[in-house]
Amino acid sequence: MLNTSDILETINMISQENLDVRTITMGISLFDCVSEDENRLCDKIYDKITKKAEKLVPVGEEIEKRYGIPIVNKRVSVTPISLVGGNISPEGYIKVAKAMQRAANTLGINFIGGFSALVQKGMTESAKRLISVIPEALTETDIVCSSVNVASTKAGINMDAIALMGNTIKRAAYLTRDKDSIACAKLVVFANVPDDNPFMAGAFHGIGEDETAINVGVSGPGVVASAIKRAGDCSLSELADLIKKTAFKITRVGQLVAMEASKMLDVPFGIIDLSLAPTPAIGDSVAHILEEMGLETCGAHGTTACLAMLNDAVKKGGVMASSRVGGLSGAFIPVSEDQGMIHAVECGSLTLEKLEAMTAVCSVGLDMIAVPGDTPEAVICGIIADEISIGVANTKTTAVRIIPAYGKAVGDKIDFGGLLGYAPIMDLNMRSPAKFISRGGHIPAPIHSLKN
Amino acid sequence: MKAVITVTGKDAVGIIAAVSNECAAQSANIIDITQTVLSDYFVMIMLVNIDELVISFSEFVDKLDALGKTKNLDIHTMHEDIFNTMHKI
Repeated sequence: MLNTSDILETINMISQENLDVRTITMGISLFDCVSEDENRLCDKIYDKITKKAEKLVPVGEEIEKRYGIPIVNKRVSVTPISLVGGNISPEGYIKVAKAMQRAANTLGINFIGGFSALVQKGMTESAKRLISVIPEALTETDIVCSSVNVASTKAGINMDAIALMGNTIKRAAYLTRDKDSIACAKLVVFANVPDDNPFMAGAFHGIGEDETAINVGVSGPGVVASAIKRAGDCSLSELADLIKKTAFKITRVGQLVAMEASKMLDVPFGIIDLSLAPTPAIGDSVAHILEEMGLETCGAHGTTACLAMLNDAVKKGGVMASSRVGGLSGAFIPVSEDQGMIHAVECGSLTLEKLEAMTAVCSVGLDMIAVPGDTPEAVICGIIADEISIGVANTKTTAVRIIPAYGKAVGDKIDFGGLLGYAPIMDLNMRSPAKFISRGGHIPAPIHSLKN
Repeated sequence: MKAVITVTGKDAVGIIAAVSNECAAQSANIIDITQTVLSDYFVMIMLVNIDELVISFSEFVDKLDALGKTKNLDIHTMHEDIFNTMHKI
């Protein structure tokens, strides 16, 4: 028989502490949609996505009802479009983005990811054409997400691609200047990008994946923060243990939902992404966990150590709860999507430099950072290069989702609403890395990549 | 298959009757009940068999939710698997 306190604990986690399944993301391969004709390609992509994911939203809703757990997002990720675009023109790529948007609207999902290119070692002509129209594609669509992998520990860092991305981000910011440069919030630059990430904006369906797969991202920063609060004055060893146990429970829910979705949709189970993903809602913040661990404000000295411990404990607890773990798996620290992070930036406790240090031990990187609209392209490239180097040198995923908000300066705010939240414009060191960036070429792979 | 119904709220006459009536009306067989009142606060956990439900489980959840709203109670109806998965290794 079930234990009364266990039942009440679960219900409390859901109703008071914002426990939810953040996303069920269905990965769909588009390799069989390849066509010489761009209109035919768009039609095949639309048809395949709408057919394969036809039941995704109703099944998600049914599971929500059955287990009483909110499933916040239902999403689709597809094969990186640069791999299926072939020889289509840049305008053809914009048409594909629009076809993805149409398919997403038909399904009733809230994001579709995969307008992506993998250019860590070099850039194919199709990747170049896709990247050249990312700003337009993200301006002319609302819920299509784009990502570009510019580096890996195996391949090193493609600095030409980083230079190109600096320009792409600035153009995207300009084209959506009347909407707080929102296009940049849907564009991520990666190092060591995972093939099975269910979280946006960086999700795509990698090349070694099944025809279709169900990937689930769990969440629950509020549950962890509450557990730490209840624990009171205990040692860090006890705290690590507590976080592990909490992460285990959270992940088990994700595993249950993933297995059920996989069965009901008749789609293979892919992975569980063990992440603490915050939202702008009160009580759903990763920064507040760090503060609950004993920091006055997130960003204070000691923040990196707290985050490192948190990230590690979440993985240790989660990995035993799931049969297959993947994606990004760890604590997310986006600025605009986390009430505690927003506060830490606003009160001057959290600077970009501290955030960069934190990204060395968290699961993603510089995420949803708003910076002044007049930030030079080279400075953006410098920020990307720094962040990407952390990922490459540490054999981990890092990413940059930066918003040089057009017309905004330090002291201003941007507000996207919903899950993307709002962010204060952060101050930057504007000294120029232009000469370094303009050298171009490749930063070679680190010596420890030679493992064979 | 079993579901767990939890009912919380201010104590009043007829809470168990109302929930049991709804279960009976939809052919949910009550297997176990645990109930307590803590300083005027009513807490009940009910385990029911849902194999013979005459409506879908989603509709059953909605009916109990609606009942909760009319009686000013918080009623959660969830498949037992979520508790088993979370609390048993």
